[in-house]
Amino acid sequence: MELIWDGIREAFRLIFTGNGEVYEIAFLSLTVSAVATGIALAIGLSIASFLAFRAPPGRTLALSFLNSGMALPPVVVGLVVAVMLWRTGPLGQLHLLYTPTAIIIAQALIATPVVTAISAAALQGIHPKLRLQVLALGASRWQAAWLLFREARLGLLAAVMAGFGAAISEVGATIMVGGNIKGSTRTLTSGTVLKVSQGDFEGAMALSFILLALIFAVILLLTIVQQRRQVS
Amino acid sequence: MSHWTGSGQAQAKLGLRDVVVERGGSPILTVSSLDVFPGKLLAVVGPNGAGKSTLIHTMALLEAPTRGQTLFDGQPIRGGLLAYRRRMAVVFQEPLLLDTSVEANVRSGLSLRGVPHAERERRAALWLERFGIAGLARRSGRTLSGGEAQRVSLARALALEPEALLLDEPFAALDAPSRDALVDDLERALALTNTATVFVTHDRAEALRLGDRLAVLIGGRVRQVGTPQDVFAMPVDEEVAAFVGIETIAPGRVLSLAGGLAVVDVAGQLVEAVAAHEPGADVLVCLRPEDVILSPASDHPSPTSARNHLPAVVSRILSTGPHARVQLDAGFSMVALITKQSLDDLALAPGSRVVASFKATAVHLIPHRVRT
Repeated sequence: MELIWDGIREAFRLIFTGNGEVYEIAFLSLTVSAVATGIALAIGLSIASFLAFRAPPGRTLALSFLNSGMALPPVVVGLVVAVMLWRTGPLGQLHLLYTPTAIIIAQALIATPVVTAISAAALQGIHPKLRLQVLALGASRWQAAWLLFREARLGLLAAVMAGFGAAISEVGATIMVGGNIKGSTRTLTSGTVLKVSQGDFEGAMALSFILLALIFAVILLLTIVQQRRQVS
Repeated sequence: MSHWTGSGQAQAKLGLRDVVVERGGSPILTVSSLDVFPGKLLAVVGPNGAGKSTLIHTMALLEAPTRGQTLFDGQPIRGGLLAYRRRMAVVFQEPLLLDTSVEANVRSGLSLRGVPHAERERRAALWLERFGIAGLARRSGRTLSGGEAQRVSLARALALEPEALLLDEPFAALDAPSRDALVDDLERALALTNTATVFVTHDRAEALRLGDRLAVLIGGRVRQVGTPQDVFAMPVDEEVAAFVGIETIAPGRVLSLAGGLAVVDVAGQLVEAVAAHEPGADVLVCLRPEDVILSPASDHPSPTSARNHLPAVVSRILSTGPHARVQLDAGFSMVALITKQSLDDLALAPGSRVVASFKATAVHLIPHRVRT
């Protein structure tokens, strides 16, 4: 019990004494996961729109793959990305291994099936004729997409939250492709793992509390957007 | 006779030529030619699955035909569908409102077109008022009753001041009182515009009431297009006859009303009907063929409770099984359904003179707007 209180105290000390390293780690975690979620959203919405509105043959099979993808083990993603980016790997020329970009790639791969599967469910929940009605109202393709996304915003923002959650809470792949390099690729999760391995439980608790606070702040923001009454 | 019989006098706003829509390789809609004229309403009737919605989707440029052309102002549509869609509006059977306020819904099509703010506000307010939903303006579209929501959907479409308006069974899901009130409002609203309207319905009364012309769609084919009177009185084939029902429908004007009995002038003949329409009202006189009794013209009709006895000439006789469908000219076209036995007893043939009798209670009057 004492350990938890010490952890909270340490967290506040780190935040309020302006410990530069903690800010740096938190900022990297947030940026990397936000960008990864953004990429997952762009890919996910495209695939989900195609599956929901075009109803291509084999949609059920595709959705089954995506739904399974929500349980994609991060270590497997990390392994595959690491192998691809490895110096002698197919993408080794890009020299991305152990960079924040590598972490973004891994987290985006983990978040994409989550965002896609939940988005597809959200878009399939829209009245099937609403797309026709919106086009009949004179919407261009992009206007139609925007209006339909707005209709499905409850589900779509849930998809964003789930995707962001999967990305920022991830650690296995992050360490595998990022390497936990201080000042470069250390995130709140990989930092916590390191502190625990060093026996610094207080420090680990502190990073964990900061991580939880950060996640709550972001999700709160998204939830406010989600729950806002639609005004024109 | 109306001059709106598709003779090509006026420029059609929207038209289909040799259109075939196929699904899974087999045709589900075949239209050789169909036109909608400005300020006129084309009612499309047909049983479920006849291709009515496909027809609306094709005309609204929401579904590309497999073959054939869609004409707008007489010119074939080519590319740039969005620009054409923005000159039309569609109302579906479901209100399909956006999850926002009623007024934002009515403005939505105008917003998509980039209509300036002040103009959007003005038109939304105008059409909310015309459909009697100004009081609901700030309500969420999700909290409305079916009738209210469909009013919003109609106001949203008409606020666009479309050149062509396509209505796909907009009243089918409403209860009778809501439907009647909304038909009244739609009729009034359309009278204020010069919109070319297509109105798909399976309700004969709605089609008769609103339609300047009537198209019958059965099995994916437009079987007949004409004035409602012509289509109902002279169906081209048995399937059309079976669907529309064989009826006498003739335009008339109420001359007097006393004690619940209206006297209607129909092509110079006086017809008595149980009704409550004020003198001067334009109506369609509807009469079911089985309610018409024929007797030889030489007889003095024996006194009966039938109030109407019209001299007529047999113009055509069609035998269908045990019945004969006798077309009469009584100054207007009338149809009587009698048994084969009666046909023989009366020795009827084209040219025979008869008296057609029917009760005032058998006559059904439908208010009918006469458009100029």
